[in-house]
Amino acid sequence: MPGYRRQLYRDDAVVLRVQKLGESDRIITLLSRRHGRLRAVARGVRRTTSRFGARLEPFGHVDLQIAGDPNGNIGGGLHTVSQVEAIQLYGKRFLDDYPRYTAACAIAETAERLSPIEREPSQRLFLLTLGALRALAAREHAGTLVLDAYLLRGMGIAGWAPALAECAVCGTRGLHKAFSVPAGGAVCPDCRPPGSAHPAPATLDLMIALSAGDWTVADAAEPGARRECSGLVAAHLQWHLERGLRSLPLVDRTTGEEQK
Amino acid sequence: MYEGAIQDLIDELGRLPGVGPKSAQRIAFHILSADPADVTRLATVLNRVKDQVRFCTTCFNVAESEQCRICRDPRRTNEFLCVVEEPKDVVAIERTGEFRGRYHVLGGAINPLEGIGPDNLRVRELMARLGSGEVKELILATDPNTEGEATATYVALLVKPMGIDVTRLASGLPVGGDLEYADEITLGRAFEGRRAV
Ligand SMILES: [Zn+2]
Ligand SMILES: [Zn+2]
Repeated sequence: MPGYRRQLYRDDAVVLRVQKLGESDRIITLLSRRHGRLRAVARGVRRTTSRFGARLEPFGHVDLQIAGDPNGNIGGGLHTVSQVEAIQLYGKRFLDDYPRYTAACAIAETAERLSPIEREPSQRLFLLTLGALRALAAREHAGTLVLDAYLLRGMGIAGWAPALAECAVCGTRGLHKAFSVPAGGAVCPDCRPPGSAHPAPATLDLMIALSAGDWTVADAAEPGARRECSGLVAAHLQWHLERGLRSLPLVDRTTGEEQK
Repeated sequence: MYEGAIQDLIDELGRLPGVGPKSAQRIAFHILSADPADVTRLATVLNRVKDQVRFCTTCFNVAESEQCRICRDPRRTNEFLCVVEEPKDVVAIERTGEFRGRYHVLGGAINPLEGIGPDNLRVRELMARLGSGEVKELILATDPNTEGEATATYVALLVKPMGIDVTRLASGLPVGGDLEYADEITLGRAFEGRRAV
């Protein structure tokens, strides 16, 4: 095809989604460090003779060689995975932990939605996503807390993090009691729109701690504050995304509180 | 773009899984040039599959009557129940000749990214079947990939408090593969060497 050069390029990436293609192939959606979100075909990986299959399962951090034009896809069709090495297959760590598996799914879907344009690099989003999967696998914090921290910071990268320590409307600093998703977060008594929520102060403290990565405060949060925080974060996220996330309502939060 | 019926056929074929626009066109022109008797036979089975094939009311395998062949077979035991994702997995396991129990077809695997949760699968129906107390061992034979493993973990979590042994096919099945592609020997070994979860 004129103007199209097929070449090999290499990058490390997180596997976000894996879909079946034809008889034995897969389409892999990746969030790469230097090339942004990519979609590439992995040939024959569903055959039991493939060595690649296990490395291209969801949530893994992998080192890849891809064949395709790294600068565009005009007339080039889908890129193909030509080599893949595992750096850390985080997906394996979620297999025996259903709540963490569902949290990982929500992280992956959010990463995809926060990178709407293919091949537009965002190293911040890549590092945040990789860090979240690593934290989820390490099991040092509750899965739902890791997820909510990821969603809050991801919204920050996208430019629509909720206001927490100032009024979303007038900017007055301080902890405000009301929270309005349409207004953009916490709101002062003067700016508070009708229908605002009134979360517990501990809930806003938790949201601030998760945004700042203050795990001492976050880990100590009570179940009630965690639940309310998850609800506000989800509502804020859904408000800003055109379509709702499919995986977020399926996140299993039942055992997330008992398991650390 | 072609005119009328041939384009309609290309469009319909193109909606099938794994068929791209080029393949759709190739198949459509193959049908156009094929023997009329062959085409009639294809059309007949296409109609028949929708009319006559339904899902077994017990295990949700494909069946041509209320119950499938395996559920009707009196020589098979209810003590072992094997959970699979799709009817094609029943066929793969039957080929090994290792299994004399019965099946439960979930209708897929839990896949939150595609919006598929436990309520979209036949999990509730499985729990109802286990309530009868006849099943001694539940064998989880979902695909050896992330969605299949997560589904097995979820089902095991529900079933274990009922006091039923829950087992998973042994390793040897490569991760990331489809169960249906495992050869009979590998799948048979995986069955023999299943482990408790
Ligand atoms: Zn204000
Ligand atoms: Zn049946």
